[in-house]
Amino acid sequence: MSKSVLLVEDEPNIIEAISFLLERDGWTVRIHSQGDDAVEAVARVSPDVLVLDVMLPGRSGFDILRDLRSDAATRELPILMLTARGQTKDRKLAESYGVSHFMTKPFSNEEMLGKVRELYAAAVDKS
Amino acid sequence: MPKSALTGSRIREHRLMQGLKQADLARQIGISASYLNLIEHNRRRIGGKTLLALSEVLGLDPSTLSQGAERAVVTELQDAAASDTDMPVELDQIDDLVARFPGWAAKITAQHRRLRALEQTVGGLNDRLTHDPVLSEKMHEVLSTVSAIRSTASILVATPDLGAEWQARFYSNIDTESRRLADSSASMAAHLDNLSRKETGTATPLEAVFSAFDARGHHLVELERGGNPETLAAQLPELDSTEARALALSYFGIYSTDAHSMPLDAFESAAHELKFDPAALAGRFGVPLEAAFRRLASLPRGATIPDMGLVSCDAAGALLVRKSPSGLALPWFGAGCPLWPLYAALNAPGVPIRKAIEGEDGARFNAMALAHPSGPLRFDRPPDYHAIMLLVAQDGQQGDAAIPVGSSCRVCARSACDARREPTVLTTPEAVAF
Repeated sequence: MSKSVLLVEDEPNIIEAISFLLERDGWTVRIHSQGDDAVEAVARVSPDVLVLDVMLPGRSGFDILRDLRSDAATRELPILMLTARGQTKDRKLAESYGVSHFMTKPFSNEEMLGKVRELYAAAVDKS
Repeated sequence: MPKSALTGSRIREHRLMQGLKQADLARQIGISASYLNLIEHNRRRIGGKTLLALSEVLGLDPSTLSQGAERAVVTELQDAAASDTDMPVELDQIDDLVARFPGWAAKITAQHRRLRALEQTVGGLNDRLTHDPVLSEKMHEVLSTVSAIRSTASILVATPDLGAEWQARFYSNIDTESRRLADSSASMAAHLDNLSRKETGTATPLEAVFSAFDARGHHLVELERGGNPETLAAQLPELDSTEARALALSYFGIYSTDAHSMPLDAFESAAHELKFDPAALAGRFGVPLEAAFRRLASLPRGATIPDMGLVSCDAAGALLVRKSPSGLALPWFGAGCPLWPLYAALNAPGVPIRKAIEGEDGARFNAMALAHPSGPLRFDRPPDYHAIMLLVAQDGQQGDAAIPVGSSCRVCARSACDARREPTVLTTPEAVAF
């Protein structure tokens, strides 16, 4: 069974680019474009890695992150936060909620792919 | 030199009002008449016991003598001196400055107040840049768009075996996102400019009109639908003065006339058919060439419509209309780059000029310019001319060699330019020559 990524992002062309990259790298990619029911989507899909945007329709990525970390089932889920909100205060907020890695847009494809692989490998090692 | 110079004048004034002789007052407080004379003529400093004794004899509060309206000036001058310790001043002679040069003292304090106000404005703008939700949203959109472009472009470059279908899809995505980027960055620039003008209160009526057009992409939906120009002028927040609204009405009147003679749907359809050729469109609709320029620049942005800018000027070269295309920022006021065909057109009124030009970042445009009478022709005097230039973005490096142009000399880094009229404010190494 291939490794899976859930991409929670609402920008169609970013979704297309990231999906293309991950799929060519051997990942199964699921997409979710809403913030308000993203936590339920994570429970339903149960991905190996979550790539999470911050500015989402319905609910902020920060709130989603906080909820996921307060649930035992997703406390250890590798979460790569990918956002245009790159201010220090945003990064600190994400870190305080327990993000695995905080990456700002625009990002390099290699860096994003490398980080997804790295987070997955670290999670596998840990388990 | 004396200190508290103004205090002496006030002592003299109150003594005379009470009909006291200088010698009598001096005797009552235990000083010589000659010393009091020096005090009253602001040639000796006064304070402490002598001031208290004088105020007691004159029946006044000591502050009445020591603090007049000028005291506020002195305090402000002290504040001004303290605000810039790198440049020491003669602090002990502030009173003397106020007494002897009240005009200069008032000027310095007024400038100090202005400086403080500007510092507060800068602080306010800084806060807005950090906390303004509109700006934050616009910035987010720009970064998201850039992100999509970067990621997609990298895929195209790094994936040589990409299938034709994916290639087409990604090229289309880049095209969509680059248009979005052009719009969102222009919108952000307009917002920033608007902010700064609001904060500093320096928007002229013409700048307000420019802002109003920029904020709507130079396409006025209300007037396209036959709306009333006066109603529109009253509704637009950028037109925040009577003068700005009055000026806008003249622009709206021209827009309405163009929209009436070249209805949007018919014009857009004809524009596609005639490959956006303004001369052919002018012929099709029976309008002057300059009207076709204006109408083309007012078309709503769309995937099938090229990016078009428009600029017009009076005979003095001052800009009257400015719609910046992506890749060539037009100045807000004054004159633009002397190399623009816009200005060459003024040398041959009525003769259309078409040249390829290239902005500083390599963006190329098909520039079409024309000088035309700005009002009805009369027998009793020669016409005033305006010039207008339509800029149509070119794809790639097609056609003849392009004329290298800039925005205006102040913000142009091209050093090897014979047309430069003033040095640039940019500090790039190649931009120093003048």
